[in-house]
Amino acid sequence: MNYEAVIGLEVHVQLKTASKMFTRVAAGYGAPPNTLTDAVVLALPGALPVLNKEALDKIIKAGLMLGCTIAPVCKWDRKNYFYPDSPKNYQISQYDQPICLAGSVEIELPGVARNVMGEHKQIPLTRIHLEEDVGKLTHEAHDSLVDFNRAGTPLMEIVSEPAMHSADEAFAFLTSLRTTMVQGGISDCDMEKGQLRCDANISIRPVGETKLGVKVELKNLNSISYVRDGIALEIRRQTAVLTGGGSIVQETRQYDGEAGTSVAMRSKEMAHDYRYFPDPDLLPVQVDAAWQATIRATIPELPFDRQRRFIAQYQLPYTITAVLVPERDLGDFFEQVAQLCSHPQAAANWLVNDLRRELASGKIALTESKIRPMHIAALVDLVEQGEISMTAAKEVFNDMFQTGEAPAAIVIRKNLKQSTDSGALEQWVQSAIAANPRAVAEFLAGKEQAINAVKGAVMKASQGKANPKLVDELVRRQLLAVKP
Amino acid sequence: MNPSADINIEYVARLARLALTAAEQQKLSQQLGDILHYVDKLKQVDVTGIEPMAHGSPVFNVWGADVIMAGFSVDQALQNAPEQRDDSIVVPKIVE
Amino acid sequence: MSASVIFKSVAELSALLAAKSISACELMQAFAARTTAVEGRVHAFNSRDEAGALSLAAASDARRAAGQTRGPLDGIPIGFKDVIAVEGQPLTASSKMLANFISPYDATVTTKLKMAGAIPWGRLNLDEFAMGSSTENSAFGATANPWDLTRVPGGSSGGSAAAVAAGEMPVALGSDTGGSIRQPAAFCGLVGLKPTYGLVSRYGLAAFASSLDQIGTLTRTVGDAAQMLKIIAGHDARDSTSLSTVMPDYSAALPKKSRPWRIGVPKEFFGPGLDAEIGAAVQQALAFYRSAGAEITEVSLPLTAEYAIAVYYLIATAEASSNLARYDGIRYGHRARTTTDAISIYAQSRAEGFGEEVKRRIILGTHVLSSGYYDAYYLRAQKVRALIRGEFMSVFQNCDVLLSPTTPTAAFKIGEKSADPLAMYLNDIYTIGVNLAGLPGISLPCGFTTGGLPIGLQIIGQPFGEAEMLTIAHTYEQGHAWHTKYPNL
Ligand SMILES: [Mg+2]
Ligand SMILES: [Zn+2]
Repeated sequence: MNYEAVIGLEVHVQLKTASKMFTRVAAGYGAPPNTLTDAVVLALPGALPVLNKEALDKIIKAGLMLGCTIAPVCKWDRKNYFYPDSPKNYQISQYDQPICLAGSVEIELPGVARNVMGEHKQIPLTRIHLEEDVGKLTHEAHDSLVDFNRAGTPLMEIVSEPAMHSADEAFAFLTSLRTTMVQGGISDCDMEKGQLRCDANISIRPVGETKLGVKVELKNLNSISYVRDGIALEIRRQTAVLTGGGSIVQETRQYDGEAGTSVAMRSKEMAHDYRYFPDPDLLPVQVDAAWQATIRATIPELPFDRQRRFIAQYQLPYTITAVLVPERDLGDFFEQVAQLCSHPQAAANWLVNDLRRELASGKIALTESKIRPMHIAALVDLVEQGEISMTAAKEVFNDMFQTGEAPAAIVIRKNLKQSTDSGALEQWVQSAIAANPRAVAEFLAGKEQAINAVKGAVMKASQGKANPKLVDELVRRQLLAVKP
Repeated sequence: MNPSADINIEYVARLARLALTAAEQQKLSQQLGDILHYVDKLKQVDVTGIEPMAHGSPVFNVWGADVIMAGFSVDQALQNAPEQRDDSIVVPKIVE
Repeated sequence: MSASVIFKSVAELSALLAAKSISACELMQAFAARTTAVEGRVHAFNSRDEAGALSLAAASDARRAAGQTRGPLDGIPIGFKDVIAVEGQPLTASSKMLANFISPYDATVTTKLKMAGAIPWGRLNLDEFAMGSSTENSAFGATANPWDLTRVPGGSSGGSAAAVAAGEMPVALGSDTGGSIRQPAAFCGLVGLKPTYGLVSRYGLAAFASSLDQIGTLTRTVGDAAQMLKIIAGHDARDSTSLSTVMPDYSAALPKKSRPWRIGVPKEFFGPGLDAEIGAAVQQALAFYRSAGAEITEVSLPLTAEYAIAVYYLIATAEASSNLARYDGIRYGHRARTTTDAISIYAQSRAEGFGEEVKRRIILGTHVLSSGYYDAYYLRAQKVRALIRGEFMSVFQNCDVLLSPTTPTAAFKIGEKSADPLAMYLNDIYTIGVNLAGLPGISLPCGFTTGGLPIGLQIIGQPFGEAEMLTIAHTYEQGHAWHTKYPNL
């Protein structure tokens, strides 16, 4: 029998705010243990929560970017459960009135080849709500240590509909979601820092069946490739169980990415009676049209929209856009260059190949690079106007990457201007023809490539400054004149 | 009807993380049974169409700006800790 | 010295300090001496730091000498119910759970009082986590009523009431969730003020029931209550439920009488169960107001009378079950040593740390929120609460204030009701509706029983109607001498 997988994801994203969700002590990653706490974070007697306006703004922005409906009124609920990383032993969350409803994440599946755009789909969302993160437990030999620095960090929970059917789709969902959230300035989404975390609900059913199968919750998918590998493994596991005549048990499994295995977690005593009730310490939030409009005005173009526009507006190849678009800074940079020069495709090549390579090898962020859009635009124009050769352009690029000098100034300083003095050129061409009789004979006999030896000799004589187009023209003219 | 049947003390005590002796359970069962029987009178009230009152006052949109204010030093944070090591709270090992 | 100051009001002491007839140090010494003399019998304090208080008194004297005094509370000792945070001082909530807890921060009211120059004088006993009406539910022993040491001072702010009544301080802070300031004020012959929900910040008040709790005062006079309210009230950015409202000058408003008051008398609060002597005392108070030109009308609060206690015990215990989850012995508080298992350490620590009444309420509150019961209990209680608030608000269309007894009986014997929790709960019948509706209420002395026990008169105001409520109370106080009587200790 053939089975179809049904996958829903629950993604937790830490919001990028200065202070915590319900108190104004700093939020942050990597600080020494228990240095980011106060009475509220530690749930001391008498401490009370106060909402962080920026977290509200950020989740509304996220919701609007994903096409959600923003609830006119949302409220705060307590989710009651005991755990050492949860200081109050309840988590402030949103239960039956979340701030964002519906919406979707656009995904792109792998194309038939690397340079071909894959199929796009909209994966519907159920909801997005705001809550607070818990502290961090470090398990040692005989006990565990608790650090409450992370406790109270604003956390957005994005719940998808069970609408994905393969590990690839789940992977694409998370990739797209991450790109969108990073580009919206909502989160840095660094999975290693726990800023983006993903749990998956997975079930399988015979193809054609509409009823959902028994679902398994897969946890600890803490890198983007673990999401794909873990889900693929779980689908194989469930398929093997059903094929072998067994049945799926509803359970929570922990994925071990290094080993590529998963194990059932000891089912938590007292399955879920969270006793949700409205938090009396926090008042409901009303979001009106004016607030939505203010946030909407800050939303950047969505990545896939930008990619489609880059292809249409600048005639860029798919593969180039696939590199330019996922990094917002790079895409912005490109657009600035494109405003300044008339050859956006050439500019895109410089960015995607040379600039990215140099940034990566120097471990420099684009924003810290000495190269600004006007540098690339000027360089492209110098090449296109025949002022410098491509070889010289590479040298200019490397120089301006180091110095931040304008390309024109580098050309002068290094004397890289392409020679267009046809008198000298005529001389070099004549000498080259005289010095390469064999190549000349071959060319005249019909071997087109043989002309390169002559042209190379001319370029060499000019020390690279000759305009290659002009050289080609002159060499051909003189050779044809020689031809009997 | 035995009113104490309305409450499963063992289940609730486990949810509330309260270890109760058998004697305590029995006493509570009786007392809470009486109280639950008393509050049952609320069933007489017609609450059709009534919005539940979840807060002391009907106010919306109270928040603070995202500015950082000083918190506790590690010493302040851990000054009341029953057990600590390496600037962290120590708890018995948790087995998942 | 001490006999001459210990029963004076804050206003009187403030005048003595201003006239330099007495120094803050002498005043503090007088109260410390009185406390030492009577504490063995009253047991109002959980802890106190005499040296710390004296050094704050010295600082107050220094300010006064330098002409930098901070106003009428500068140098006045103030007691704190042991649920209100004072940095560097214990905060036990009268629970074994917090027996060794030291607060690393100040409550907002504490900060305000310190800024006003007041001297935190001791941590006062209460029913554990404010759960009770007698101060018998304290892990550190019951407090006695200074008027009759065999009787309870009321609760849960019983330590606060007893301490002021016994002359151990002129004023104390309490908290009122269902009557926990007004009822002990009535039992101890004091003025007990419970402000409108949201008028005084709850930041730093260990929560019992968040939607009902409110900090207030126990004082000898209405004037002192007004003075204290002026200082502790006002919006606080650390408490989301603290409301922005224009605050009148409560003290300045006291002598003013805007128009003939319309006083409503809820007929259900004079029914069976009300002690005859108390009923008579309240009727005399009504007669006083009538003769003073007030318009007295009978009003009806049928839902409040019938359902308030049921609603209260569902909402308060539900909120409490969640509010008290933080007391787990992990970050602070009592940790059981009998187990090393992470799961049972919670259950064991909490079993050892909490007393019987607290356990009872946590279990009840957990039950009413649990799966399958939420709608029938908690949600329904919230709806009836809305109806009760509506009932008060509609009565207030034709009344400025409501007037009633504070309690159905005078102070009862220690141990008399502790075996029957429901009977104890029913004692709060006149005070609980005020908390459910978020209203201000005040209890002031209006007589004594033939047995010599104080009787309390309750005045209930409109939301943020403290100024008018205090003025009406003050008018009664001006015409009577009950507040000048002191217990014989
Ligand atoms: Mg979840
Ligand atoms: Zn979550």
